[in-house]
Amino acid sequence: MSSPVKLDSMYQEIILDHYKHPQHKGLSEPFDAEVHHVNPTCGDEVTLRVTVADGLIDALSWDGQGCSISQASTSVMSGLVVGKQVTEALELESRFLELMQSRGNHVVTEADEDVLEDAVAFEGVSKYPARVKCALLGWMAMKSAVAEAQS
Amino acid sequence: MALDIAVVRKDFPILSREVHGVPLVYLDSANSAQKPQAVIDAESDLYANHYANVARAVHTLGSEVTHAYEGARDKVAAFLNAPSRDEIIFTRNITEALNLLAYSFSNATTFPGASRFALGPGDEIVVTEMEHHSNIVPWQLLAQRTGATFKYLPIDEGGRLVDKAIDEIITSRTKVVSFVYQSNALGTINPVARLVEKARSVGALSIIDCAQAAPHIVLDVQAIGADFVAFTGHKLYGPTGVGVLWGRRELLADLPPFLGGGEMIETVDLVRGTTYAEPPHRFEAGTPMIAQAVALGAAVDWVTGVGLDNIHEHGAEITGYALERLQAIDGLRVIGPKDNVDRGPTISFVLDGIHPHDVAQLLDERGVAVRAGHHCARPVCVRYGIPATTRASFGVYTTTDEIDQLVSGIQKVQAMFS
Repeated sequence: MSSPVKLDSMYQEIILDHYKHPQHKGLSEPFDAEVHHVNPTCGDEVTLRVTVADGLIDALSWDGQGCSISQASTSVMSGLVVGKQVTEALELESRFLELMQSRGNHVVTEADEDVLEDAVAFEGVSKYPARVKCALLGWMAMKSAVAEAQS
Repeated sequence: MALDIAVVRKDFPILSREVHGVPLVYLDSANSAQKPQAVIDAESDLYANHYANVARAVHTLGSEVTHAYEGARDKVAAFLNAPSRDEIIFTRNITEALNLLAYSFSNATTFPGASRFALGPGDEIVVTEMEHHSNIVPWQLLAQRTGATFKYLPIDEGGRLVDKAIDEIITSRTKVVSFVYQSNALGTINPVARLVEKARSVGALSIIDCAQAAPHIVLDVQAIGADFVAFTGHKLYGPTGVGVLWGRRELLADLPPFLGGGEMIETVDLVRGTTYAEPPHRFEAGTPMIAQAVALGAAVDWVTGVGLDNIHEHGAEITGYALERLQAIDGLRVIGPKDNVDRGPTISFVLDGIHPHDVAQLLDERGVAVRAGHHCARPVCVRYGIPATTRASFGVYTTTDEIDQLVSGIQKVQAMFS
């Protein structure tokens, strides 16, 4: 009847694991910038704080509520960008955005895995346009928070 | 007479398709109902064999299509037991029907003979906390335009209107009471007679959103006694693009127009100004949704043929079964009336620790289509302190087997997240 392969395509262990054990969740102080992003179609929200020093993301913390995709994606993003240069983080963001906008036509390469690590698990989400915004929520919040911190 | 659901289902071609390799289980009829072949055929036949514009043409096709379009009006009038066919206005959907009223009311301030509809500072508009956004936002906009005050009747923990608030909030200052017959988010059926009577007793206009009620409750506008009743075609097994506003004739006669354009006029004069057609045409500016109105007529015929009483009975049975099975699931909480009394075939619920969007997505992988979100009734979610619900809603074609598949799907989702 139902095919567990398809379920796995979107709800891989990685996503469920991050959902159940989110990284960098829980707002911390001090911070240079705080943003609050909402996905109006489903009500997912994230509040995100960053500290940026010498072009480096020193610290990032967040809190939010929403579906497993939005929460897990924010967790994965956090793990990826903390300790990285803002320029690197934004490069990751555009690479992830590209993956999400691929409508399932992007073949994940080893190069993708090297760079995006756990974030490649969200590849399956790109087939579901209604959910792409969920996966992007935390990334967009990070992008505006670092911009604000640097302004 | 109990319905033979297997026979009813054969009328709906889409019900034989598969999604993700499994048979479709469509539990989203409150969002939009599927279409029987008769409705699909009616729209197609009009385009294939009779199409031209209505009212304007003197040729044969023009006369055939006008006959079909006006025939649909007769069918809807009979469906609502309206005293006159001229009380039936075709709109794009129920959202447009409610906006038509709100905008016509604000035009009343400067329209001769329409002062009974005019609102201003000190006047109040009352809705309920369980309204769809389409019965909130037009009234907030009207309040903004006129200086009137927007108010709402609160709901209790169980998803019902707080009865004593009805007498406290609807007062001599109230000019409009607009409420939903059956909540799309909770399934609650409201005390319609009480609300209509209360509105009448303070001299307020009463308006009923029947979008959810029309597909399974007999709507007799004379028995209901409200001033305006509106519903939409696509939830009544009809096509998208057509809705209906019914209004009492003496009110429509004085109601200012909303949209101006062709066919809604009597005489247009560039110097002396324009005079307007009598209802319903005053409210149907421009080329209308001809094929859709005709197909709505076919939907009304189809529903009447199956029998609204039978449909209602079937909906109540399925709802009773679903309430029992769903509430037996650990960690599932129904949002809205928990018993099968004064409620329609729509059940909203939340699962501990699992977001409705995950529930809906994973159910879809098993062919089960439900809706997740705030169902365009965000104040309901705010009221219960939840971001969203998962909603299963049933139609004339829903079977107990499908409820079983919903239940086993939910259990599998829970297992994944456990």
